[in-house]
Amino acid sequence: MSTATVESPGPAGPASGPNRVDKEQQPYVEVQKPRRTGIKLLVLLAVWLVLYAVFKGKMTKALGLQDTNSLHQKLNDARDWVQLDGKDNWFFGGVLGAIGDALDAIVKFFQELISIPAFPRPVPEIGWLGVVAVLAWITYAVAGLRSTLLVTGTLLFFGVTDQWSNSMDLLIITMLSVVICILIGLPIGIWMARSKAASGVITPVLDVMQTFPPFCYLAPLALFFGIGPACAMVLTIIYALPPVVRITEHGIRSVSPTTIEAARSLGLTRQQMLRQVQLPMAKRTIVVGINQCTMAALSMATIAALVNGPGLGKVVVSALQTLNVGVASVSALCIVLMAIMLDRTTTAASERGQGRSNVGSASGMGVMLTGVVLERLPRWATEDAGRGQRLPRVTAAGRGFLLALLFVPAVVLVLLSRQQLNLATFPDVSETPVLKWISGPQLAKGINNFTDWLVSGVDTYTIWIKDHITMWFIDPLQSLLSDSPWWLMALVLLALAYVLGGWQPAAYTLACEVIIYFTGVWNDTMVTLSMTLIATVMTMLVAVVLGVAMGRGRKADLIIRPFLDAFQVIPPFVYLVPALALFGAGRFTAIVAAMAYSVPIATKLVADGIRGVSPTTVEAVRSTGSTRWQMISKVQLPMARESLVLATNQGLLYVLSMVVIGGMVGGGSLGYIVVSGFSQDQLFGKGLAAGVAIAALGVMLDRIARYAAARYGR
Amino acid sequence: MTLTADQPTSDTSTSGEAAVHVSGLWKIFGPKADAIMKSDDAQLSRKDLQEKTGHVVGIRDVSFDVAPGEVFVVMGLSGSGKSTLVRLLTRLIEPTAGVVKLYGEDITAMGDKALLDTRRRRVSMVFQHFGLLPHRKVIDNIAFGLEVRGEAKGGRRNRAQEMVDLVGLSGYENNFPDQLSGGMQQRVGLARALASDPDILMFDEPFSALDPLIRRDMQNEVIRLHHEVGKTMVFITHDLAEALKLGDRILIMRDGEIIQIGTPDEVVAAPADEYVRDFVSDVPKSHVLTLKWVMRAEQPGEVDASSPVLQAGQIVRDAARVVIDHHGPCRVVDGDKVVGVVDEEDILRVVVAEEGLQ
Repeated sequence: MSTATVESPGPAGPASGPNRVDKEQQPYVEVQKPRRTGIKLLVLLAVWLVLYAVFKGKMTKALGLQDTNSLHQKLNDARDWVQLDGKDNWFFGGVLGAIGDALDAIVKFFQELISIPAFPRPVPEIGWLGVVAVLAWITYAVAGLRSTLLVTGTLLFFGVTDQWSNSMDLLIITMLSVVICILIGLPIGIWMARSKAASGVITPVLDVMQTFPPFCYLAPLALFFGIGPACAMVLTIIYALPPVVRITEHGIRSVSPTTIEAARSLGLTRQQMLRQVQLPMAKRTIVVGINQCTMAALSMATIAALVNGPGLGKVVVSALQTLNVGVASVSALCIVLMAIMLDRTTTAASERGQGRSNVGSASGMGVMLTGVVLERLPRWATEDAGRGQRLPRVTAAGRGFLLALLFVPAVVLVLLSRQQLNLATFPDVSETPVLKWISGPQLAKGINNFTDWLVSGVDTYTIWIKDHITMWFIDPLQSLLSDSPWWLMALVLLALAYVLGGWQPAAYTLACEVIIYFTGVWNDTMVTLSMTLIATVMTMLVAVVLGVAMGRGRKADLIIRPFLDAFQVIPPFVYLVPALALFGAGRFTAIVAAMAYSVPIATKLVADGIRGVSPTTVEAVRSTGSTRWQMISKVQLPMARESLVLATNQGLLYVLSMVVIGGMVGGGSLGYIVVSGFSQDQLFGKGLAAGVAIAALGVMLDRIARYAAARYGR
Repeated sequence: MTLTADQPTSDTSTSGEAAVHVSGLWKIFGPKADAIMKSDDAQLSRKDLQEKTGHVVGIRDVSFDVAPGEVFVVMGLSGSGKSTLVRLLTRLIEPTAGVVKLYGEDITAMGDKALLDTRRRRVSMVFQHFGLLPHRKVIDNIAFGLEVRGEAKGGRRNRAQEMVDLVGLSGYENNFPDQLSGGMQQRVGLARALASDPDILMFDEPFSALDPLIRRDMQNEVIRLHHEVGKTMVFITHDLAEALKLGDRILIMRDGEIIQIGTPDEVVAAPADEYVRDFVSDVPKSHVLTLKWVMRAEQPGEVDASSPVLQAGQIVRDAARVVIDHHGPCRVVDGDKVVGVVDEEDILRVVVAEEGLQ
């Protein structure tokens, strides 16, 4: 090493011989042992299959849905204690009770303000017209004219479809949660950005919060807060908090070190630095974080219907339970519109008044939500902003004046809506021409007719697909996992974790297995696992095909990406509706919904990986005369391995959370137990245990995937 | 082999024809390039065209020939179009207009299959940032071109091993590229290019990313390989010293156009315009110029049979010792014929002029 490049500079230099490069730097090269993972896995599979054949159906730990074990009973007792005696306990009654009561009171206040009759009035304090006026005014103030039109239209649609009150409830839960998330999350994020220790402690906590599928929060929170608005709020806040914290920290940390240094050289104190440099420069990023938080809150507030949270989600749940696709669709449509409305408004707000210089860092934020830094903002978001920048129609002072001026009619409309009954509750439009076609019941009927017609047209195909995939893939794999004795499965999973990732994930796996064993729902967990695995494989098949197309061609990217963006905005709950319409209730439907939820993120990661292959390499390979297929199979896919592993990892977690939710449409197993826990008193303990099992399964899969990714993703 | 069937003339043409023949080559970047090519807009300057249409001229009406076995250097600053030019030669970028022939075969008229075959067998490229495949071992990188054209594993391994030895990478076959230093990685790139035994090697600023010492090393390596394998080489660089060192002839580009084509001493001694003059002003002229450029006409009785004889093609620096020791005019000959004389003063003028500049 020390004698690097002492070479004879002779022009032709053949004298120095072919091996003279040894004198150039000789980097230390580690010799890698061949791992032979493939062979090990094959051996494992063979042993498994033999033992499966021998022991099939024995010691499977299967437990009927209505059966419970002693742990479940104890949890039931605990629930009874919390509900009866907990009020006198300082923690349950004092701390949690106070929080719960406060949240309930806040929610009730806003509900009476805009969505439910405020006793003694027969209507809310502010009627629909006033709400529309105020929200439009606020939107105009923070996000501009386009968003205002969108918001107004969306709100009117809620009214026309007869979902006004439910929509307002959902909006209340979502926005209140967002406000609380910001109040808590912003200071924590700032603290983390400024203190390495804080960051080191809090980051793992956030990791865990984000690894757990949302479903497993439901039961314990229901235990602590009882079902109702307070529980829904806490659930939503827990789920939506990590993005704000993470993105705030990231935004402040990514203020350029040069700027910080320059500011320090001017003698700014830490306080001044924060207020005058870091926060202003991170502002836009933080707003992106709020956007992510809002979307997460909306999707969770929808699911919170399961713990009796108010809002549109409730309609979806009850409609799903009666398999009424039409009614579910109307609410789902409202949820999607609300998602689009919130997304566009917060995005437009984040674009407003800022240069485009930050687009790069902002676009990195999207998937901080999932712990990945690759995702992009929807394309139109940045383009709209660009257009807005060039032609500022109104100056800042003019805008202020205009806003003040517009405030007057907004207030007038609010007052009017307090006086006039038909401005307070949304008029029934079922007799109005044209509008009647989109009034709630009519629309539901129309959608039912349409899906009936559609399904009767395609059901031979959909049922064929469903039956064949169920017969050839789902049933055999489920049988293999759930009919193996529990100890065999435990050993197989341990061995798998060890072979793929080493002893660390094996240790995690062991711990999770112990937890799952004691929850008493081992067999159901294996069923869920089998569905998760199948859905993940199918997700990856689709994601690789789409991702390769997107990564290789700009055109494909331009066509596919907006769909993926749209899919990602939709709260996962909603996917169940079309899946149910097409395939009827069953495990396959849950798998389809899981795919719909996880394909976008996996596809984007694959596409980013393919695009990330260095252009020089691609060109060099082209120059050797390789065909398109050779390019994909020998170069682009192998080089995008890291992204493929990451996509699989993310896809797996997304699939798991959705497969569980799919319990509601016949997916059975863990998800169904959790849901049953809320509807059947004696199953509460079992539902709680199932939630724990879901969490354990999630952590186990995440750890195995992570360590495997670290090992093979290089 | 399909090669001989498709191109029956290729063997006979190698001796007589140019290795690379380029005529009237254009590249305009942008969606409406073809329409602009046909219109008068094509005659606008690069800047005007961009302002008017948003299209950029990459290459403007370039023509040249490269002889078999020649090292032909294309030189220019960044943005001058030299990298585009080399990519047009194998249609990694599609030309807008013009003809490129490699050993008589018209690349621009080829179908996809023939083009792939040309890339697989006749031309290889070496890239500035190496373009290696990080997931493959050195030996598999080198064998990649052979693999792509479907050769059996044993054969391509052997061939790749020969190349490993040729570029001096023995012992590193089973490493991954990112375990090697920059210079060694570029040796892999070089070996990969040589492995398919192409007729023509193209280098796109291959050594720009390397340290100066390693760069000098690699230049010497190229010279050595050229001596050993005698391939035609098209070499892109922005480094004048590199161009002068390696090139049999040099093409100087600016804004996509040819400014000058000439041998190294022609370029230095007779720059075509201010741009080139500026370019070569820092070059130590005594290292490049030959006596041809500094000699003067013989005056009667100035020299006789005893005066030393020097070749017109000799570099000034190498002749300096003889001339200065002689303390008088020396004869300069081209073949047998005396073409001029040089004395101390002529030599010193070149050397001192340079000192003055520095």
